[in-house]
Amino acid sequence: MSDTHHEDVHSHVKTYIKVFVALAVGTIVTVLASNSHLGIILGIIVALIIATVKGSLVAAFFMHLSAERKPIYWVLALTATFVVVMVGLIMFARRDQQGRQQGIFAVPAGHVPVHHAETPEGAHKE
Amino acid sequence: MSAAIKIPYNSTERPDTGLYNAKLGVWLFLASEVMLFGALFSTYVLLRTGADTWEHGAEFLNVPLAFTNTMVLIFSSVTMVMSWASLKMKNFGKYKLYMGLTFLCGVAFLVIKSFEYAAKFEHHLLPSTSTFMALYFTMTGLHGLHVIGGMIVNGYLWGPGSKMWQTDPERFTNRVEVAGLYWHFVDLVWIFLFPTLYLLPGK
Repeated sequence: MSDTHHEDVHSHVKTYIKVFVALAVGTIVTVLASNSHLGIILGIIVALIIATVKGSLVAAFFMHLSAERKPIYWVLALTATFVVVMVGLIMFARRDQQGRQQGIFAVPAGHVPVHHAETPEGAHKE
Repeated sequence: MSAAIKIPYNSTERPDTGLYNAKLGVWLFLASEVMLFGALFSTYVLLRTGADTWEHGAEFLNVPLAFTNTMVLIFSSVTMVMSWASLKMKNFGKYKLYMGLTFLCGVAFLVIKSFEYAAKFEHHLLPSTSTFMALYFTMTGLHGLHVIGGMIVNGYLWGPGSKMWQTDPERFTNRVEVAGLYWHFVDLVWIFLFPTLYLLPGK
């Protein structure tokens, strides 16, 4: 956008107003959707979809990402990759914990579960 | 010895990147900010999925006030980008108007947020009350600090910093553009914070 010409700016101003209206409507829809008892999963999905659409509008038009130079896209692609890795690691850690609790994942060889270790065989024999 | 060293590519584009340096610098900074807030949102997901029960924010947080704050921030994003557009159209008077409005929106946001915080403290809803409240105060508090940071920059560019318009208008316009990038990012974070904390159903 650094090479924006003056005549382009006039048309951009109209776009900014339209984006503002879209963001305001999106905000109202988010609140209405949250009051319509969609259930936990659907409620979360709908709220996050609306937020993602609103965020994309801000990024694309107010932050001019719809027409930027390549280095910025590369920076953002690298950032997105790291965010996915970070969130992925956390989700894997969570899943692993749940898996162990439910016995889905194999217990490593030689690992003595804590509750067995506390009450070894013959512990109550006098 | 009076010759000042001129920082290159602060108003013209670098041939290799196609960008003036400040813009690439601010985008790199915003990349680190994405990681910061990304870590906090990840924490929210981890703690929520690991909890047996989770609060529905709307039951004790003030949704109408948060809705108003969302509108205030969205409006401030428009005034911010209009301040940059005004400079592109060589209209310094309109720039002052729009940048002033952006600053006032920041003030309004913080005032509304302080009402919310005061009500929470009054009802003894503190960061130590629950995991949810700890996340609420951490995430909205950090976001509030970002709003204050943006207001300091915007206030400078509206007041003393605006003198640069007389001496180096291209560079000043670029400064307003990169300050805008940061401000829009702060708006973008709130767009996700609002539903996450206030609207998502509990369990």
